[in-house]
Amino acid sequence: MTDLAHIRNFAIVAHIDHGKSTLADRLIQSTGTVQDRDMKEQLLDAMDIERERGITIKANTVRIDYKADDGETYVLNLIDTPGHVDFAYEVSRSMRAVEGSLLVVDSTQGVEAQTLANVYQAIDADHEIVPVLNKIDLPASDCDRVAEQIEDVIGIDASGAIRVSAKTGQGIHETLEAIVHRLPAPRGKRDAPLRAMLVDSWYDAYLGVIVLVRIMDGVLRKGERIVMMQNRSVHHVDRIGVFRPAMQAIDELGPGEIGFLTASIKQVRDTRVGDTITHERKGCEKPLPGFKPAQPVVFCGLFPVDASEFEDLRDSIEKLALNDASFSFEMETSAALGFGFRCGFLGLLHLEVIRDRIEREYDIDLITTAPSVVYHVFMRDGSMRELHNPADMPDLTHVDHLEEPRIKATILVPDDYLGDVLKLCQDRRGIQLDLTYAGSRAMVVYDLPLNEVVFDFYDRLKSVSKGYASFDYQLTGYREDSLVKMQILVNDEPVDALSVMVHRDRAETRGRAMVEKLKDLIPRHMFKIPIQAAIGGKVIARETLSALRKDVTAKCYGGDATRKRKLLDKQKAGKKKMRQFGKVDIPQEAFISALKMDN
Amino acid sequence: MADDRPVGGFGLYVHWPFCQAKCPYCDFNSHVAREIDQTAWARAYLSEIDRVAAELPGRILSTIYFGGGTPSLMPPDTVAAIIERARQHWPASNDMEVTIEANPGSVEAGRLAGYRDGGVNRVSMGIQALNDTDLRRLGRIHTVAEAHRALDIARNTFARVSFDLIYARQDQTLRQWRNELTQALSMAVDHLSLYQLTIEAGTAFGARHEAGKLRGLPGEDLAADMFDATQEICEASGFAAYEVSNHAASGAESRHNLIYWRCGDYVGIGPGAHGRITVGGRRLATESPLAPGRWLHHVGRGSGETVRTELTGREQAEEHVMMGLRIREGLDMARFAALNGAPFGSDRVGRLAELGMIEVADGRLAATRRGRTVLNAVIRDLLAD
Ligand SMILES: Nc1nc2c(ncn2[C@@H]2O[C@H](COP(=O)(O)OP(=O)(O)OP(=O)(O)O)[C@@H](O)[C@H]2O)c(=O)[nH]1
Ligand SMILES: C[S@@+](CC[C@H](N)C(=O)[O-])C[C@H]1O[C@@H](n2cnc3c(N)ncnc32)[C@H](O)[C@@H]1O
Ligand code: SF4
Ligand SMILES: [Mg+2]
Repeated sequence: MTDLAHIRNFAIVAHIDHGKSTLADRLIQSTGTVQDRDMKEQLLDAMDIERERGITIKANTVRIDYKADDGETYVLNLIDTPGHVDFAYEVSRSMRAVEGSLLVVDSTQGVEAQTLANVYQAIDADHEIVPVLNKIDLPASDCDRVAEQIEDVIGIDASGAIRVSAKTGQGIHETLEAIVHRLPAPRGKRDAPLRAMLVDSWYDAYLGVIVLVRIMDGVLRKGERIVMMQNRSVHHVDRIGVFRPAMQAIDELGPGEIGFLTASIKQVRDTRVGDTITHERKGCEKPLPGFKPAQPVVFCGLFPVDASEFEDLRDSIEKLALNDASFSFEMETSAALGFGFRCGFLGLLHLEVIRDRIEREYDIDLITTAPSVVYHVFMRDGSMRELHNPADMPDLTHVDHLEEPRIKATILVPDDYLGDVLKLCQDRRGIQLDLTYAGSRAMVVYDLPLNEVVFDFYDRLKSVSKGYASFDYQLTGYREDSLVKMQILVNDEPVDALSVMVHRDRAETRGRAMVEKLKDLIPRHMFKIPIQAAIGGKVIARETLSALRKDVTAKCYGGDATRKRKLLDKQKAGKKKMRQFGKVDIPQEAFISALKMDN
Repeated sequence: MADDRPVGGFGLYVHWPFCQAKCPYCDFNSHVAREIDQTAWARAYLSEIDRVAAELPGRILSTIYFGGGTPSLMPPDTVAAIIERARQHWPASNDMEVTIEANPGSVEAGRLAGYRDGGVNRVSMGIQALNDTDLRRLGRIHTVAEAHRALDIARNTFARVSFDLIYARQDQTLRQWRNELTQALSMAVDHLSLYQLTIEAGTAFGARHEAGKLRGLPGEDLAADMFDATQEICEASGFAAYEVSNHAASGAESRHNLIYWRCGDYVGIGPGAHGRITVGGRRLATESPLAPGRWLHHVGRGSGETVRTELTGREQAEEHVMMGLRIREGLDMARFAALNGAPFGSDRVGRLAELGMIEVADGRLAATRRGRTVLNAVIRDLLAD
């Protein structure tokens, strides 16, 4: 155990790709926590999907020992956080476990939307903030300008900002000294009853559920009996330890320390992030404030391409959910797609990550249906239902009105692209709340319907701003609007998995865009196929996919019938990637691609 | 149930893998060689015939086909020796058809007469186009004038002559093709093969296409129009299609190729040659190595056949559909059912018939003209699991 004065706990926060994980690498490496030969880039991004996409999804904690210039050795607990908005709750709960933040800003880019979002969270959590200007090795680095921006836009003092290259290691020593001298030591009473914050938990195939805790007061020891205060469940602690970043067992965790425990807990669901852990006997009276659980905001259907893989899909979803409390699922049946699951996610990236993992780690080909937000359907009888799936829209004669979730979106964009960004927001039914400038960058704040944003808003924003705009959002609440369910009919038959909720004023545009897209996505058949969009039986857009005119192999390869058979097998495999609706084969990717809008 | 009665005849295919130059569109097993040890090659073919004949005694040989590559580069003596050896092993049908493929550039009067004297009675000439610009774009090393000359020699040497054209070429218009085809019909003897240009992976055209540099190829609509025009024009001249790309005056169909399409038995010898033979009630697919040197080497060690697979009933049934629907006469539904273990699903047949893609009559199932233009889709539908 370490005395409080020699502990520093901090989170590394930044906009996506500004170099948090790389900075963590250097801190870990320069303190000798990990041997040079075991180092690799973004060491903490251990999941395949993190390494492949070069992003952090899960927050990670590491304990490092640092011998400072004052001759004293300090214990530093760092938490590397994800930058993407879908995983913002990882950042917020991490912040509750520490006293300070390193605010990393890419000095070639400047302040971006998640820089702002994160810094406000850090301020809310009463953090001491040390700005770090990163990537000074790059020629485009402009520290003075960025420091000024930090002061102008965020309003914090940037005169002491540390100039760093997380790539070359320049400025790392200064960073470590600043952590020791500028961040506060934690507070807490060693002889008080145990009060530990449950920061995170995840499933490990060997050890069961691992619980990350921050000790506020008291001491936690191996072998003790603990209580989770929310559900009063009692557990026997069979292991405690710290991450360096590999797990290392220790005997006790004292106030101010961050570490893990295992207690033969089987499911992540048995632990509540934000819960307070105390001793079974002589426990504390009052739990810590706790935090709001992350709620899924985007829902879509996941169906196996090959219907016989439904049970495998169930299995994979259950396993993934074990480790991800923010991911929800329930069984769904679709007239068109058969059995599958309606799943809830924090955002589209979260959805993609889960889908990728199912396809790769469990080798199941999936059909993903249109993502939808949660609508509130107010019935004539005064009751309210949550609608996760447009296919479940109740009969209109019983519906009084609908409400949809709205967000507050903050967008930072260079002046040159502002016009296009405003147009995009306007097209998506946005209401402008604020527009300010910091130098040549504009900051716009919009009130937008979430359903206009979940799908392809981010891609569109990137494309209209040539990648220069950044975006962050928060849910603000529900509001009534004129929303309708739009159906898609292929060859005169409705395909439920293609139904979407749309605003009445946008229905025609959306409908036209969807039928045009589908016309390109569905391969030609031997007959012509009408594709229509309809609202309550009224057709609002129509396209016709003309019949296949020519598809025949001209040449006969001598007697090589084997070659023809191989071709047939290939075509059959292609057909397997499609689903049959009546007489029409629809490719699996059509269900998502049909929604992408080009403007 | 196995189909143990050889149906559709018995033929011998001989593959000659060399050409003077490699055409950029071609993915046949053809190679340009600096030197060819003619004696060794002749010996190898004969040895292969001996080997196969031992396994298939007593079959009545109805066709021999020398294909390539450019078999008109073979010494006439070799061709004659192969034909003779085949006749020694197998009783030949009275009117045995013996075809050789010839390139216009490699044909001189003497040579063709030499093949005729050795027993060849039909020639198929690769003319490909009737204008020099297009011949050059196709990478051909002969001119239209040479093609005319070669065709005249062929006409004077053989009663049965066919030639090949490739259409749907770069920048070709419908009108140009109609004119070219009309001209071709005026030159035709008794048979024409008219192939739409296919861009094959692994060829020079394939690579250029991949890189987006092969311009002016027709889209699906123009290609379909050209195919339709081909059917009309040929039919009007008495050269109706008896197969997707093959046209003949009545009775002048290539009997050898009909063996393939009727799923008969054929022996394939030479590099990359495929065969389908029925031995002891089992239907076997045979293959040989593609590389000429490797093939020679294997033959030297006893057998040029390196792959032999028994086809299941289902596989045979699939081949029966894929091959049989290419020809106008279609396929025998009872034979399909026997091979497949079950007849076609009546709903599938009914739906395709309703769409005008197939016709059923007298126990046979045939693709209509419309069906033949989208044959891959028809086959996919019929054979879907
Ligand atoms: N030249 C240079 N590149 C850097 C530096 N720091 C980070 N990078 C690069 O910037 C990219 C993003 O770095 P990460 O450390 O993954 O960024 P991150 O902030 O953890 O990203 P997320 O976790 O996805 O939000 C990587 O390609 C790094 O190699 C630096 O100081 N100099
Ligand atoms: C085996 S080739 C050999 C004929 C001979 N070597 C010649 O080229 O004249 C038979 C025919 O297939 C046709 N062919 C070859 N490659 C083709 C392609 N990529 N597309 C269309 N037809 C092709 C040509 O008409 C050619 O004459
Ligand atoms: S088309 Fe004929 S000549 Fe040209 S490479 Fe192919 S086989 Fe040889
Ligand atoms: Mg990271």
